[in-house]
Amino acid sequence: MDSVRIILKKPFYLGLLILSLILLAITPRFAQPYSIISMITILMYVTLTLSWTIFSGPTHYISLATATFFGVGVYVSAILGGTLPLVALAGLGGLVGFILALFIGLLTLRLKGIYFILFTFGASALLRHSILWWETHITGTVGRFVLSPGHTTAYYFILGIFAITLLTAYFISQSKFGLALKSIGENEEAAAHIGINVTLVKIVTFALSATFMGATGAVMATRWTYIDPVIAFNPLISFLPVLMAIFGGTGRLLGPILGAAIFTILQEFLITQYPYYFMLLMGTTLILVILFLPNGLAGLTDEGMHRFNQTTWGKKAWWNRKGYKHA
Amino acid sequence: MLKGEGLTMNFGGLLAVANANFHVDQGEVVGLIGPNGAGKTTLFNLISGAIAPKSGVIKFKDETITGLKPHQICKKGVARTFQSTKLFAGLTVFENVELAAMFGTSKAISEAEAEQEVLDLLDFVELSTVRATLAKNLPIASQRRLEVARALATKPELLLLDEVMAGLNATEVAEAMALITKIQAKGITIFMIEHVMKAIMNVCDRIIVFHNGREIAEGTPDQVTTNPTVIEIYLGE
Repeated sequence: MDSVRIILKKPFYLGLLILSLILLAITPRFAQPYSIISMITILMYVTLTLSWTIFSGPTHYISLATATFFGVGVYVSAILGGTLPLVALAGLGGLVGFILALFIGLLTLRLKGIYFILFTFGASALLRHSILWWETHITGTVGRFVLSPGHTTAYYFILGIFAITLLTAYFISQSKFGLALKSIGENEEAAAHIGINVTLVKIVTFALSATFMGATGAVMATRWTYIDPVIAFNPLISFLPVLMAIFGGTGRLLGPILGAAIFTILQEFLITQYPYYFMLLMGTTLILVILFLPNGLAGLTDEGMHRFNQTTWGKKAWWNRKGYKHA
Repeated sequence: MLKGEGLTMNFGGLLAVANANFHVDQGEVVGLIGPNGAGKTTLFNLISGAIAPKSGVIKFKDETITGLKPHQICKKGVARTFQSTKLFAGLTVFENVELAAMFGTSKAISEAEAEQEVLDLLDFVELSTVRATLAKNLPIASQRRLEVARALATKPELLLLDEVMAGLNATEVAEAMALITKIQAKGITIFMIEHVMKAIMNVCDRIIVFHNGREIAEGTPDQVTTNPTVIEIYLGE
């Protein structure tokens, strides 16, 4: 019941969240197919970034294994596509991601800092090349076709996965488990010495975040219709969520969501409007954000809110009135 | 209560702890002194499970704890502080202690109980007024007190203090000594590494002197300070 109490203390955010989800849910009724496809891409990156942040945000273990779990999800869909409904594929993709992450976690979470980053990246490359080798030498054909249930269906699935990821991330961040994760990021040795089973906490969270990545992969495969190891295990899928999380700020849940959404929209916009300067503009934007917004875009909204509260209008705002409890 | 037999630990060619034997009895305040590099902190790391010894046995309440992980040893009732403070710097004072209260005991406790315990402990170490401050923004003396409070929140029977007085001024040392006496009055056994001689002499019931990875003398403060071997090690012949 405590978590419910915490949500109710923040009616503003809760309202905003429900409103956004309703808007997203009715979007396909009036949007063009092209917009739906763009929305799927945005939601994919938002979900991947958010699930990456669940583990890497508080613990400061930078994982480059996102593509690994996403890729196995893609392959679950590609192999079982015709035989199972999409909901089963998404669930199975998540499950395979979870199991694989448990295994990789057991191997890598003893490593710290740069060694952990490199190992997760290496694990991803190993899997990509192993499947490529398997396809060229054993099955004889590289790549597979995946049956598509239609863009609207894929959209609703990815929206559903996003909502579940967001709920999970929220409850973790408010729980004592979430506080334990933060303490691991602050000082792992001290965390172990006050009774926290740091290995268990890290592995469970790593696997949980991989579940959402696997499920996202399983749905995205149906949207792409053709996949091969290079598409499924694309290293960019590992790197972009890290950039997007930094872009948005990892301190709060809003950060990765805002970061991934704006990053993807910006990318889409620049690539179509300025195809020759796209990389230059994207790089400049990233550098500016990192230089001037150390807490990312979410840090900027906090700062804006703070300034607003100082103004005459801000002081009159209902959340600053007496009796409204600040969360 | 705590007993070490034939403990040995080496880092490559460096023998940090060499066949050390020691014991700490229930209710005592035992000081562990010795020159730099004597192996004192390594001994604490062995007891708390931060590292596992190459050979030897550590017993806590007649139960072997060698080979257990730090979080298991913590739940058995052994808590510690660190020579260079290892706080959760980006978390608040309250959260630092709250984590220990929630995870440090073998019995699960409710959130309300944990919160009450934290408030009591912050009162005990006189940090109530700064409970919403981030740990990193505290002055050094308060950081050390916070580490003690965090260790106490795990409800230990044995508390290992690794140089809690390092870097403190005379007033702060006196306050820290008073705190140690208060902790002992709670019935908690204390094993402490310290370089501040005044503190050692005043609060310890017994002192163990370490040199080259093993104990070379032990006894009451008076016995130790008049021991010719100890004088030789500290001052030369």
